[in-house]
Amino acid sequence: MTDLKRRSLVATLAATPFAVPLLTGAQSLDWRSRFKQVSSRERFRQRYFPNLILTDQNGRKLKFYDDLVKDKIVIFNMFYAQCEGICSPITRNLVRVQKLLGNRVGKDIFMYSFTLKPKEDNVAALKHYAHMHKVKPGWLFLTGSVEDMETIRRKLGYVDPDPEVDKDKSNHIGVVKYGNEPLEFWGGCPGMLSPEGIAEAVRWVDWPKNLEKTKEISAKAKANGGGK
Amino acid sequence: MAYISKRNLRKEKEKQTAADNRRELIAAGFKRRDLLKMGLLTSAGMLIPKKGLSARPLNTRGSFDDDEPNSPFTTPFQELMPRLPVLPQVPLSALNPPPTQQPQRDQGEARSVAHQAFTDFPPQRYYQMSEEAGTAIMHPELPPQTIWGFNGRTPGPLIVEKYGVLGQPGDGSILLRLRNNLPPPLENGGFGFPSVTEHLHNGHTPLESDGFPCFFMERGQFYDHHYPNVYAGVKSTHAAQGGDIREAMHTLWYHDHRIDHTAENTYKGLAGAYILFNEKDTGNENSGFKLPSFGDGQNPLTSFDIYMVFNDKVFDSVTGLLKFDSFNTDGILGDKFLVNGKINPVLHVSPRRYRFRWLNTGPSRFYQFFLLGPNNSTKAYWQISTDGNLLERPVLVNSARVSVAERVDVIVDFTKDAGKTFFVENRLEQVDGRGPTGNVLGAGQGNQILKIIVDGPQVTDNSVDFTKIPAGTYFYGFPDTNEAPRITRTFRFERGNGQWQVNGRLVNRCDEPSRFAIKKNSVEEWIFQNNSGGWQHPIHMHFEEFQTLKINGNAPSGTELITRGRKDVFRLEHNMEARVYFRFRDFVGRLPIHCHNVVHEDHAMMVLGEINEIGDNRTNP
Repeated sequence: MTDLKRRSLVATLAATPFAVPLLTGAQSLDWRSRFKQVSSRERFRQRYFPNLILTDQNGRKLKFYDDLVKDKIVIFNMFYAQCEGICSPITRNLVRVQKLLGNRVGKDIFMYSFTLKPKEDNVAALKHYAHMHKVKPGWLFLTGSVEDMETIRRKLGYVDPDPEVDKDKSNHIGVVKYGNEPLEFWGGCPGMLSPEGIAEAVRWVDWPKNLEKTKEISAKAKANGGGK
Repeated sequence: MAYISKRNLRKEKEKQTAADNRRELIAAGFKRRDLLKMGLLTSAGMLIPKKGLSARPLNTRGSFDDDEPNSPFTTPFQELMPRLPVLPQVPLSALNPPPTQQPQRDQGEARSVAHQAFTDFPPQRYYQMSEEAGTAIMHPELPPQTIWGFNGRTPGPLIVEKYGVLGQPGDGSILLRLRNNLPPPLENGGFGFPSVTEHLHNGHTPLESDGFPCFFMERGQFYDHHYPNVYAGVKSTHAAQGGDIREAMHTLWYHDHRIDHTAENTYKGLAGAYILFNEKDTGNENSGFKLPSFGDGQNPLTSFDIYMVFNDKVFDSVTGLLKFDSFNTDGILGDKFLVNGKINPVLHVSPRRYRFRWLNTGPSRFYQFFLLGPNNSTKAYWQISTDGNLLERPVLVNSARVSVAERVDVIVDFTKDAGKTFFVENRLEQVDGRGPTGNVLGAGQGNQILKIIVDGPQVTDNSVDFTKIPAGTYFYGFPDTNEAPRITRTFRFERGNGQWQVNGRLVNRCDEPSRFAIKKNSVEEWIFQNNSGGWQHPIHMHFEEFQTLKINGNAPSGTELITRGRKDVFRLEHNMEARVYFRFRDFVGRLPIHCHNVVHEDHAMMVLGEINEIGDNRTNP
């Protein structure tokens, strides 16, 4: 740290309630040695997608990141089978979203509904719920240990900042989150939005269609002398 | 069992990070005792953000949901605050293909609607910017950051323009060509959506150029924005005078407005500043209102009108890189405070008067700015505008509250302060995305964001001294609010199951019809309601400024002028109902009203409407 900078820092501290004389020899921290180079995709995985083992409505054990998220377009929501609030309307909505997205679902687009009540929602309950709503392949209803489901709920941001509201499962967050994991595009919308609206939002992060469209536009602009 | 071991791992990791940070700081010459006294370390040994202004919401377990306690430590006040570079004009010949009134879809233009005012106000000057990735040093102790910016900069270049003199409104007309040269998918570094639309907040702009959230510009495309820079009334109530000068706007900004993706794109850098002068607010302290001179915007000896763009950000503790919480739906709070792209910078000033233009670009934080002086004193300053619109006269204040997208212009008199040091300090407590708690911290207890040292040379000061102006209106008067509204509409902002609703309905999508239609050249009264005691929302209406008639049933009082001032963002606080007065004049097209907590905005807290020749009668759109 230069003398000038140190002087200004001393003055800063003198003006704060935490005033302390600064020691000599303080240096600017070198970022080259402070930080690691990790890809943004890897950091995203570390931050949000712990590789917890979940169970789907068919009793299959699946790893959250490796089996469910990696290299896929994903659609998330929260529910529980006995929910009398918004779960059913959102599920019905998503059934129509699944239809709108057609045969892509199960191929490169996957839908995941995570239970908020893993103690109640065993495999049989999930299977019954999926059957009742006539969901098609490519949409998994997932349960796991209480702790793991809570971890996922928090990681994916299905938490109300008011702890009292957050405790009330019947008033849970009805947001649908979606993303394109390899392209690192993420978004969210209300689960009660029109199915067309949800499908449109998902299509915006769609891949590889999006890539092709992008290439097409770039090529056209280039041919027309575009660019910077 | 497995979960318990996971929990421990998480705790251990946090502790490890904290220990690493502590070791670094100690190696850099700080002692543990100093850090404790500086409030940077808890007795348990964790590094913490400054007391009272917790920057990231804690979860119920008392830790953070994505495992990251907070950004890495940075030594404050290491770098100078940059002045925003002024965007140079380009000759018409630089625009290839040349701009036309009709959209040039086959040439790669994203615009789909013809310019409606191109023949009335043909562009006199031209600008061009590219939205592209760039590298920014936000702090010397953090690695260079890949940002998305206008011409690769964040904040983007300052556009400095001038209204036409009264009677010749067309002289202010410009055209800005934007190009989307953002990186292809796979190269966004974790967040950022390379489909954009640019909003000039809050120009009286024909709506095809305004940055409607659904007018996307994809990669490789361009978009011509026609900004006539005219006063409201120019083609209607005040056509003979060339517009109503009382509708002048002076401090504006531009930013990405892509539906569903505005938060990440503005956070990644797609925002910049825009100034309009006129024959009263001239930019020269020897003329007009005699406000401190803008000069060339760069030279500290001649430029005393300084635009300051504030925002708060979070950095990854592992990589040191800018981090965006993609799964947050409440609002994102940063623990690093930037001014003009630098974390905790320093500004040197001369002992004289300055005009500071303060803008908060969010994403979600509300500020209350004080000037902290020696011995925890608080220095008063003159607030002269709300959202860039001059008040009737300056008001001496101790602080100004600025939620997302709001602006205040202030005049600070450092004449008698040679040798002193001040800080722009935010004392408004906010711990999560719901809005501020309402608690205003004591002097020195807040976040000292910008350090101002009065050690510049003595320079002549011909700017107005507000202690010596006569009583009454000094700037423009406020426009009158006598004309009866054609319709009164109510917009009730609510939250249900974590989903935002307006009047009990969710946002409509791009391909759905408008929820309300305003008749061109009519007056409307709008009622904004927030029935929640937990959430606050900065409500923004495009295209027109409003005047506040009543808050919770009462006419504005207290700092009455400030509350009555023309605005484009209404800070809708807990359990509040406000009645505001709008005139929609001159132009037509589609526009949104939305919450400017951009995280709420991206989660559908928006209603899409339009101005047309007929209007509708929906009172609860």
